[in-house]
Amino acid sequence: MTERTPSRGWRAALSSAADWIEKPIEALIRACGWSSIVLVAAIFCFVFWYAAPLLPHIDWFGTDGFFTSTHWHAKEREGATYGVLAMIVGNFAVALVAMVIAIPCGLAAAVYISEFAGPRSKEWFKVGIEILAAIPSIVWGFIAITMIGPLLIKYAGATMGTNLLNGGIVLGLMSIPLIVSLAEDSLRAVPDSFREAAMALGANRWEIVYRVLFPAARSGLLAACMLGVGRAIGETMAVLLATGNKNQIPTSLTDPITTLTATIASEMGDAEAGSPHSQSLFTIGLLLLVITCAINLTANLVIRGNKRASSN
Amino acid sequence: MSPAHLELRDLSVWYGSKKALDEVSFSVPRHHVLGIVGPANSGKSSLLKTINRTLEFIDHSRSAGAVLLDGENVRDIPNVYSLRRRIGMVFPLPVGLPLSIYDNVAYAPRRMGIHHKDQLDHLVESCLRDAVLWDEVKDRLDLLGTKLSGGQQQRLTLARALSLEPEILCLDEFSIAIDPVTTMKIEEVLMRLKERMTIILVTNLTQQARRMADAVAFINASQLIEWGPTEQLFNQPAKELTGRYLNGEFG
Repeated sequence: MTERTPSRGWRAALSSAADWIEKPIEALIRACGWSSIVLVAAIFCFVFWYAAPLLPHIDWFGTDGFFTSTHWHAKEREGATYGVLAMIVGNFAVALVAMVIAIPCGLAAAVYISEFAGPRSKEWFKVGIEILAAIPSIVWGFIAITMIGPLLIKYAGATMGTNLLNGGIVLGLMSIPLIVSLAEDSLRAVPDSFREAAMALGANRWEIVYRVLFPAARSGLLAACMLGVGRAIGETMAVLLATGNKNQIPTSLTDPITTLTATIASEMGDAEAGSPHSQSLFTIGLLLLVITCAINLTANLVIRGNKRASSN
Repeated sequence: MSPAHLELRDLSVWYGSKKALDEVSFSVPRHHVLGIVGPANSGKSSLLKTINRTLEFIDHSRSAGAVLLDGENVRDIPNVYSLRRRIGMVFPLPVGLPLSIYDNVAYAPRRMGIHHKDQLDHLVESCLRDAVLWDEVKDRLDLLGTKLSGGQQQRLTLARALSLEPEILCLDEFSIAIDPVTTMKIEEVLMRLKERMTIILVTNLTQQARRMADAVAFINASQLIEWGPTEQLFNQPAKELTGRYLNGEFG
């Protein structure tokens, strides 16, 4: 704003222009801020609008109920049923497997990078993590099919390479970079004075990590994990390729499954616009929106609660 | 003079290529209070960090020379954690670890294997009493240490340092964040603690050093300018710079 120009007149003109432009810029920034809220509402309305015609006709909790059955026959013109129980179970199961892998690995990697790695290797690790985060999900899908699948058949006794475990592994790998970079940020934000104080008491590095850093960075670490969960639940492409896309409730880790997201992705192309089939897929979309919003809200509440409990 | 409890021999510290401490030597007999005075950024805190070897934690730092604890080079002590337990450290800004008041103080004793409840209770109480904090917190020992006021947190860190029952207590400008009344109380406590431990008092309050220290070392711009008995330094400093600093002409 303060251009270095020799002429005084110029500078005055520039600064009055800056005053004048202040208001529109403020309005623009405010609009950007509000747009995030407006957009979320708009997306909800949009998805709801396309699902709405079917909603009154859906049996929610009956024998072929939406939440209570696994009978997904949405394409039928007569006697279609819309049971998504298996997809919900599949979705959460695959996210659970992913988190069992990603949370310990991600946190451990974050601790290593922030506390143990030397200054130079730290930079390399960060670059690596960023690249890992930038791999497109379809590439992860390829990896799932061509590498993890055969390994699971060979070593885990799976009959099909694409299954719950495969999806979980891929989703876990995809969530790790997210968890690592967020967790590392929050560990680094803990002031060095905490480390010094603990060290001066004779704590070793591991004790510093779990007695001092984890409690001090708790809210950030929780946020990292929650966002990892969010990613695992919302991810589509890699899951579609990795899980086998079979509408059943899994009884073992090597069962093929399907998820809410994968069902939408695989059937949307066939569904005639405005047909009950298409509307049923939008209904699934609505459910997904509700689930992810619920997770995010819980995360926010947890984090806020924690901040209140541990702040000065 | 009795044999040195702590002795520094030509101790130098670098951060990268910047020299933070330049061949400093002095010694402290057991149960003495050594005051280290000098302007900000002259290397006083770095000096303390070499004693408990927390300097090694800082990237690009290195040191030369020797710190001898009872004649033993601290660098040769194989278990750095056992060394740190012999040396209590109080930092300029209070650092309440994210634990309860009780756990803050009980942390180190628990690590040393004291788990008996009565014993811990007793220890926590006596440390908090020593740090003049007991009366203010005795009804809320479960409160997070970080919830206390700045001055209270500083006394909590003192209690925590005492919980190690250290041989040497290092205080790095402990009074920077606390009020004069509390400062006086802690000074009284330190004078009593002298019976039990050797105290290194880094301070930029020259009068505090004069009140408490048996000997004073004056450090300026990484160098030890002068070191000797307190009254001698204050009354007949050998170097002109020392006199000017102690009289408050700069710093």
